[in-house]
Amino acid sequence: MNRIKVVNGNEAAALAVKMSSPDVIAAYPITPQSQLVEYLGQYVADDELDASMSEVESEHSAMSILQGASLAGGRTFTATSSQGLALMYEPYFRTPTLRLPVVMAIVNREMISPQTVWGGPQDSLTLRDAGWIQIYVESNQEIFDAIVQAFRIAEDEDILLPVNVCYDGFYLSHLTEPIELPPADDVAEFLPPYEPDHILLDPDDVMSVDPLTPGHLLMEYRRRHMEAQQRALQVIPQVDEEYAGLTGRSWGGLTYSYRMQDAEVALVTLGSMTGAARVAVDNLRDEGRKVGLLKIRVLRPFPATEVLCALQDKRAYAVIDRNVSFGWGSGILHTEVRAALSGKNIPSLNYIGGLGGEDLTVQMLQDAINELVQLDCEAVDAPCRWLHNPQRSGDR
Amino acid sequence: MKEIRLHGRGGQGTVKASELIVRAAVRGGRWANAIPYFGFERSGAPVSAFVRISDEMIWPKTQVYRPDCLVVMDASVRSAVPLFEGVKEGSMLIINSDSEELQKIELPDGVQTVGFVDATQIAHEELGRPIPNTVMLGAFARVSGWVAVDDLRECVIEVFGAENGRAVSRGYEEVSIVNG
Repeated sequence: MNRIKVVNGNEAAALAVKMSSPDVIAAYPITPQSQLVEYLGQYVADDELDASMSEVESEHSAMSILQGASLAGGRTFTATSSQGLALMYEPYFRTPTLRLPVVMAIVNREMISPQTVWGGPQDSLTLRDAGWIQIYVESNQEIFDAIVQAFRIAEDEDILLPVNVCYDGFYLSHLTEPIELPPADDVAEFLPPYEPDHILLDPDDVMSVDPLTPGHLLMEYRRRHMEAQQRALQVIPQVDEEYAGLTGRSWGGLTYSYRMQDAEVALVTLGSMTGAARVAVDNLRDEGRKVGLLKIRVLRPFPATEVLCALQDKRAYAVIDRNVSFGWGSGILHTEVRAALSGKNIPSLNYIGGLGGEDLTVQMLQDAINELVQLDCEAVDAPCRWLHNPQRSGDR
Repeated sequence: MKEIRLHGRGGQGTVKASELIVRAAVRGGRWANAIPYFGFERSGAPVSAFVRISDEMIWPKTQVYRPDCLVVMDASVRSAVPLFEGVKEGSMLIINSDSEELQKIELPDGVQTVGFVDATQIAHEELGRPIPNTVMLGAFARVSGWVAVDDLRECVIEVFGAENGRAVSRGYEEVSIVNG
């Protein structure tokens, strides 16, 4: 029997990790991820989770511990945010290039400077080309579901890549809402123990890992790594479908289309803003406007074919970016989506907003769609537009 | 869908109260969500939180700008924040205040129903500490009718224990309701 539990996003993540039965967890607390580490520490202390939990002195150490544990055949988990991720960069890149199926939640937080602790996925988006699979979610339920799915995807023998489940700091990490928990037995069946068939680290039979490698071999590693990323484009939707068979919930696999069938214009979103975007689309549909919504769920591998299919027959689209791509004069998601639509002359707008924990409201997204509806083709090369919240007041 | 904005000061349990409303609503078979306003965490500083309650699933994870109801843990917070900003026509105010202090507050036209209770005094009596949130939750259940007081009391007892359950009951019973 399924059961409903009221949790914040960090607890949703912790419950998913608990049900996924990792062998080793290593993490360093950082706002807004801290509660997740606290929950996991509590489960281990209470014997609800049989895992080795290391409270380390830095994020660099956390990832390095997991590399050893994963090489020894363990299922592993960690989580971080923002500056913690930045400190982790060196082992962050080494984990996918060693093809280790680590799962890491990134509780998205804006990058410094200026000093901030609030939300924004600049941290993980900036590292999109480091070789990890990256999944961005929109609700506490999807945090739970995506983490369980992430272990399956990461450990798939055709993939063997680490997976980030990215969720917005505060707007999800500190959001309280009900989620439905599947029975532990169902999760155990969906996610059998990790049994790698490659050689494992063994103290009784020592070996050297990752020796100095000449370029022609390194290129072979890169080629295979890239092919594994492309294979994930097939595996991720299969895993989502199988999970849907178990729970009745599908998140669309790589992307999620909402009221797109007969839409003339579309909004493209990532992360927790998608909830407000659904309502904005509903409101404009009620006014008779043919608008739809495309949520990018998986950013790496980038679902170029799905994005092309979803948008190629639209008159125009707008991408909402809660991040910036310095040097492109736009947001990261917009450059990604436009690359997928290269060759198609479809006008688009790019909105940047919600940085540093600012809200992205239904009204703001509705205004963006209204602007899009009136767009003429000359706007293709228009610079990005900055979304400000007209309802914002001072700090409460 | 009903939208609620809670105001208080750091240490008064404003954010926890928002979570407890969600728990009580879900226990009653409804959907709800809550987020705090992400400010600077300091004891005594103004704090706010946002709650939505609906019979259907709620997608937006945003702040509340047009509240149907304000829950105010500390009447003095009105000098620090725009307390009544965006209140809907026909909305309700549930405030920790005695009648004397309430007289000093200039209510906007939108506020139709006021529930007031000296929650700090009751908290002193029941908990030995001036933390008004669970008393105010009882008052909220009574004035709004959006969550059942029994559901709320059970949730509060699970989280904070029996004393706070009594605080809920007293808030529910002792709130004075004025219709404007």
